[in-house]
Amino acid sequence: MIRRLIAGVPARALLLLGVLFICFAAAPWFVGDYLLTVLILILYSAYTGQAWNIMMGFAGQLSLGHALYVGLGAYTAAALYVHFGLGPWIGLAVAVPVASLTGAFVGFLAFRFRVAGVYFAILTIAFAEFARVGFDHLGWTNASSGLFLPVAQYAYNDLWQLRGHPVMFYYVLLAATALAFVFCRALLKSRVGYFWLAIREDEEAARSAGIDTFHYKMVAVVISAAMTSFAGVVYAFYYNNLFPEQVFNISRSIDIILGPIVGGIGTLFGPILGSFVIEIIGEGLRSLLELFGIDVPGIKQVVFGVVLLLVVLAMPDGVWPWLVRKLGLTERRA
Amino acid sequence: MPIDTYLNVAVSGVLTGLVYGLMALGLSVIFGVVRVVNFAHGEMMTIAMYIAVTLFSVLHLDPLVMLVPIAAVLFAFGYVLQAGLINPFIGRPEHSQFLLLVALAIMIANVLLIVFGPNAQNVQVAYSFDSFQFGRLIIDATKAYAALAAIAVSAALFIFFRSTTLGTSIRACADNYTGALVVGLNVNRLYALTFGLGAACVGAAGPMLLLIFDVTPAAGPAYTLLAFVIVITGGLGSMPGALVGGVLIGLTEAVAGLVFTPSAKSMFAFAILVLVLLFRPQGIMGKGAA
Amino acid sequence: MNELLSVNGVTKHFRGLLAVDKATFDVAEGEIFAVIGPNGAGKTTLFNMIAGAYAPDGGSISFAGERIENLAPDQICRRGIARTFQIVRPFPALTVEENVIIGALLHHDDVDEARERAHFLLRRLELYDKRLQIASSLTLPDRKRMELARALATEPKLLLLDEVMAGLRPTEIDRIVAILRELNRETGLTILLIEHVMRAVMALASRILVLHHGAVIAHGKPNAVVRNTAVIDSYLGAEAVS
Repeated sequence: MIRRLIAGVPARALLLLGVLFICFAAAPWFVGDYLLTVLILILYSAYTGQAWNIMMGFAGQLSLGHALYVGLGAYTAAALYVHFGLGPWIGLAVAVPVASLTGAFVGFLAFRFRVAGVYFAILTIAFAEFARVGFDHLGWTNASSGLFLPVAQYAYNDLWQLRGHPVMFYYVLLAATALAFVFCRALLKSRVGYFWLAIREDEEAARSAGIDTFHYKMVAVVISAAMTSFAGVVYAFYYNNLFPEQVFNISRSIDIILGPIVGGIGTLFGPILGSFVIEIIGEGLRSLLELFGIDVPGIKQVVFGVVLLLVVLAMPDGVWPWLVRKLGLTERRA
Repeated sequence: MPIDTYLNVAVSGVLTGLVYGLMALGLSVIFGVVRVVNFAHGEMMTIAMYIAVTLFSVLHLDPLVMLVPIAAVLFAFGYVLQAGLINPFIGRPEHSQFLLLVALAIMIANVLLIVFGPNAQNVQVAYSFDSFQFGRLIIDATKAYAALAAIAVSAALFIFFRSTTLGTSIRACADNYTGALVVGLNVNRLYALTFGLGAACVGAAGPMLLLIFDVTPAAGPAYTLLAFVIVITGGLGSMPGALVGGVLIGLTEAVAGLVFTPSAKSMFAFAILVLVLLFRPQGIMGKGAA
Repeated sequence: MNELLSVNGVTKHFRGLLAVDKATFDVAEGEIFAVIGPNGAGKTTLFNMIAGAYAPDGGSISFAGERIENLAPDQICRRGIARTFQIVRPFPALTVEENVIIGALLHHDDVDEARERAHFLLRRLELYDKRLQIASSLTLPDRKRMELARALATEPKLLLLDEVMAGLRPTEIDRIVAILRELNRETGLTILLIEHVMRAVMALASRILVLHHGAVIAHGKPNAVVRNTAVIDSYLGAEAVS
């Protein structure tokens, strides 16, 4: 199976990947606390970006409400912990079905009733908003006042309870991102992956080739939702406080998709690279402004918007395909 | 609760809904003709609202009086935006368009934040606390005037699209892009014009809404979403549909806010959206099945 | 005669326009059957109903003894009917090979097996050398052969070809005609084709159906149909009959 995963990948690329992974694995020893949190954000963003990319880049369904699944994952695990003392991994075991069923529900409604394209995107926004307002009134999770997880001093790292130093979260997310990467590669090379590409390219032609497009679109949505809910669980135990207003907010959904769109939708490496680019630009801007002593709220976002605009104009396929062309790497666009 | 309260709230909702409808009309025109998903629609309206706030605080000019100039400014803004930036994105996949307009929205919202600060602002005109009384019905003067203005502007737009050559040309582009090109219409110019008109709609709706609500730099996304809900509910491609959708949503929000809690009112708008998307995707007044 | 496909009294309206008017005919297993007629005669609509893109308003369609008129396109493909499109629909961003693999995956779960099958077909259709090219970069004749390969990869018993010769030069036409004849002879593949290119029709068809304004005006062996006065008047023109 490993042979199939790496078939067709040039040795150079594999070496590069290996080096990259080692750098990441070793990073915590070399960077300070602040940079560590930045790296954690990058990995979080890379992971959720990959999960989203399965629905959009592989199966062609634009979801603008992915914060829904993050929120469901976060709230499910957090509520179980706060009310029943159940650890995050058990919480995950519950969160994944919850998110999957929700994704299946959204998918079923959309695909059975032929809601596609922009309308589908708006439908996903509506569901996320629905959840936001809904959770704002849900007493069991403290509604809009917010759900707080009891925080203990992290004298040691407890992986089972996900309590501890940020380094632990770093490695959890690194493992998740790496596994997601391998998983996405396996999916793309499998029968399901090919069918998704067909659906993305031309759904009618795909149906004429015998593909049950409803079924495979549902598979994409459910896998994407399930994977995203894991990020939610990590989110809950990392930040230890949840507010519906923040967790389900549309700006969170936008954050999720920025990485893949900037990096390159439909590619394997795009979401990861994109997350880097976005975060580096953000941090770079912040540092630059600090350097000049400019402390006006909003300036960073304006410049960020401008940069985003430029990327969209100059590299419409994303940074990764552009990079591939410039560097002459042979990974073809998925 | 006495029937009076329901009636008053309902009427209030309808009036506000008419202004929402004008805002949505702008989106319907843009989305229906240029086929661009304008995720910066709400932000354009906040620009208009802030212009009105400034004119009011500096020159003490009533927003309704400044309606036409502000709409003109937004028209120019929309025209230039479409011609200069958005045009190349028309054939591109949705996510590209989306990112472009989101980037714009982020820039607009934060420029407004820098210039005006994060606090909510509003205007208090002479008649802010006046109301009309018809028997047991009490209507806020601000809402009444805003609604009347919305109807007037919408009517002007209808007449433009039905009765002028320019309006007909635009409708032709929407109907059949290639056909329009073949008969020699300058589609790019018409697109820019249309986007400008759509922007002018929110340019007009903004000051009207300012009489009813406060404005903050972050108000944009909620309005954009509302506009989409209304356009889809009322029916894409139908101008009366936008107003009908607006009234329906305004009414629903108002009554839902009364019966349940005010903070849950948007849930009902979304519930309606989901139902429409599933069972009547062409909207209440849309033409034919999708 | 062994009927593979049976079309009975099939009718289709589009908002008041009668596109297909009680069409009735059978296609025997292993034969090559052509449907001809002027533009707007209802040929593609008929095809689309057989392929499951539309459901007929009246009548029935049976395939291998099973009623299929209400099935979806993917269900119909799984039962053994493959189709090509009048305006070619490749998967544009994917390679030629990937396009055909997708077809082959219908009956071969394993991707490697599907790739073998795809390569076999690509060699047959003389596209093997271009297998790693992106589909959207191919010329029209190549795209048509690729779409044919993809359809064949789904291992159909009945192949529906919608004006596959359109836009091709005579040498290209002869090439495809030869390939289709071979396939029919070697594997017994039943072929139902819509065509305007009479050269190809006469070279391939064992029977012809002529549609005009949605109705069948002639039906039978090529030589007879081609001399039928109604057919000459409505479609062929006197010069075409030599």
